[in-house]
Amino acid sequence: MTTLTPSGRTGRNSGGARIGRPSFLWSMPAITFFALFAIVPLGVVAWLSFTSWDAIGSPHWVGTANWSAMFSDPIFLKSFRITALLTALGIVTQTPVSLLIGVWAAGPQRNRGILSALYFIPLLMSSLAISVVWVSLLNPYFGLPHELHAVFGGGLFNDGFLFSSPTTAIGVLTFVGMWQWTPFHTLIYQGGARAIPDVLYQAAAIDGAGRVRQFFYITLPQLRNTMMTSIVLMLVGGLTTFDTILVLTQGQPGTSTTSAAYYMYTKAFQSFQFGNASVIAVVLAVFTTLVSLVVVRVSGWDKMRSTQEGV
Amino acid sequence: MAAVASAGGPEELAGALMTPEQPRAHWRRSHTVARPNYIAGVFALVWLVIVLAPVYVLVKGSLQNQAQYTASGPLSVPGQLTTANFALVFQQGFLHFFLNTAIITVAVVAIVVVLVPPLAFAIVRNRSAVVTVVFRVILLGLAVPIVAVIVPIFYLISKAGFYDTLPAVILPTAAFSIPLSTVVMTGSMRDITTDMYEAMAIDGASSWRIFRSLVLPLSRGGLATVIIFSALNAWNGFLFPLILTQSASVRVFTLGLYDFTTANAVDAPAVCAAVVLSVVPILVVYLLARRALIRGLMGVGGK
Repeated sequence: MTTLTPSGRTGRNSGGARIGRPSFLWSMPAITFFALFAIVPLGVVAWLSFTSWDAIGSPHWVGTANWSAMFSDPIFLKSFRITALLTALGIVTQTPVSLLIGVWAAGPQRNRGILSALYFIPLLMSSLAISVVWVSLLNPYFGLPHELHAVFGGGLFNDGFLFSSPTTAIGVLTFVGMWQWTPFHTLIYQGGARAIPDVLYQAAAIDGAGRVRQFFYITLPQLRNTMMTSIVLMLVGGLTTFDTILVLTQGQPGTSTTSAAYYMYTKAFQSFQFGNASVIAVVLAVFTTLVSLVVVRVSGWDKMRSTQEGV
Repeated sequence: MAAVASAGGPEELAGALMTPEQPRAHWRRSHTVARPNYIAGVFALVWLVIVLAPVYVLVKGSLQNQAQYTASGPLSVPGQLTTANFALVFQQGFLHFFLNTAIITVAVVAIVVVLVPPLAFAIVRNRSAVVTVVFRVILLGLAVPIVAVIVPIFYLISKAGFYDTLPAVILPTAAFSIPLSTVVMTGSMRDITTDMYEAMAIDGASSWRIFRSLVLPLSRGGLATVIIFSALNAWNGFLFPLILTQSASVRVFTLGLYDFTTANAVDAPAVCAAVVLSVVPILVVYLLARRALIRGLMGVGGK
């Protein structure tokens, strides 16, 4: 590729600055491929939500029938409440733990590196493997609830039958989510805490501020952006949790752990009502797109470009 | 940097944890070494136990027979050990599933490595409105959830005649690795100074030459991260294989694990063995390429 390709026609830039700059064509193979599998399907799913299709034959247009059917479906509305609850519980439980461990791991303790390496183990496992392990571990007959009956015997843990009551089933999903995702967010906080300038702590120490005050008056405010990024990632992840639910609870007991993503899966690939499933998918996509707009704003990823502009 | 940097020690890991873009904070050793943070330390240890307990059960359970496991419970100290569980797992065709997963992983990494660096180069060095739009699409794509597009992807793949083949899994998996890989690669390419680009441009170098002899060599670190990240993604992928394949001949490891545990739910030791086998290859990669992996995962968080 030479500089005579369309980069010369991009207009705004003039003079020698454009020599050696890649033309926009360099971005086309990747963006075309990506759009084909991520952007085009967003359009297709919107169209499918107005059709009836059972995986055999072709979809046929049914207007807004799917939409009115889904919005009068109590499980559909409930599935979004459950999704919101699981997402909120995820944020509330994972944030304090990963914040504390992350800040601690950024400090100078001995053996911290080895400990950090051990924390990462859940990151290496697929969410499927993690779910499979916990299903086995929490089995009421031969798992932890049986072995540690003294702990799990009470009403708080539903006498060890954790998957049989709505409250404990939600609790299990929250805990497994915590086990799986805390290391990742710990890493984010560790990175954020390392970037806090040392002079702030030195000044605070000279002024006689103790560790707790330093944490609340220096560490926390300095980690504001890190925290926003981490929480937004938890939001996007929480809204679309699927495989954990498939393996751990299958949306049960009843429909009390049927999240929107899982309900969409059962509608599409168990009941073969792809039109109805597409409605759920569209609503999910709208939610996550709104959240992603926040990601781009908050994380400053889009501003990374502007620091190079005019160079 | 502090003095105690022994190879493989904590300081090395700490160094690896810093993203290249981050300003290096001075070491706090000077004033914190006198008063270790005991409260947080104890807390961190408690969490470590919670992380490691299932790992212990997993490894120990995979080496016990079922009767023993059921009788003595998951946490108990093992008596006799056996490798029969692993033999059972291999009899279920897991070697073949491994091979399918490996093919998918290699193909996904190849696609990402060919497509992403040119895209990142254009994003960093081309100022046109087209590329600005492209970058925004990529950033938005970071949050396009796979579950939201799995129905239309199933529709498109079926129409294209790819259903129940390895490409049916490879193509969407590679596509969904692009946004994060692009963010990592652009971060890495932005570390190359403008002076270096200009020096080459003044010498009359074409963009292809600049890409080949300046950009690629200097963004090797980012590329390593991208490779490991997309490989991990492909290796652990579950939703695309679940929806887009059916036959045992194209079954991947995660799907095999799912079917196996559905069929053998009460055989906890065999389940443990299957999980252990699925983690071992990643563990090997982790030990070999810890720096790149951690740096990559951390780059997700931004600043």
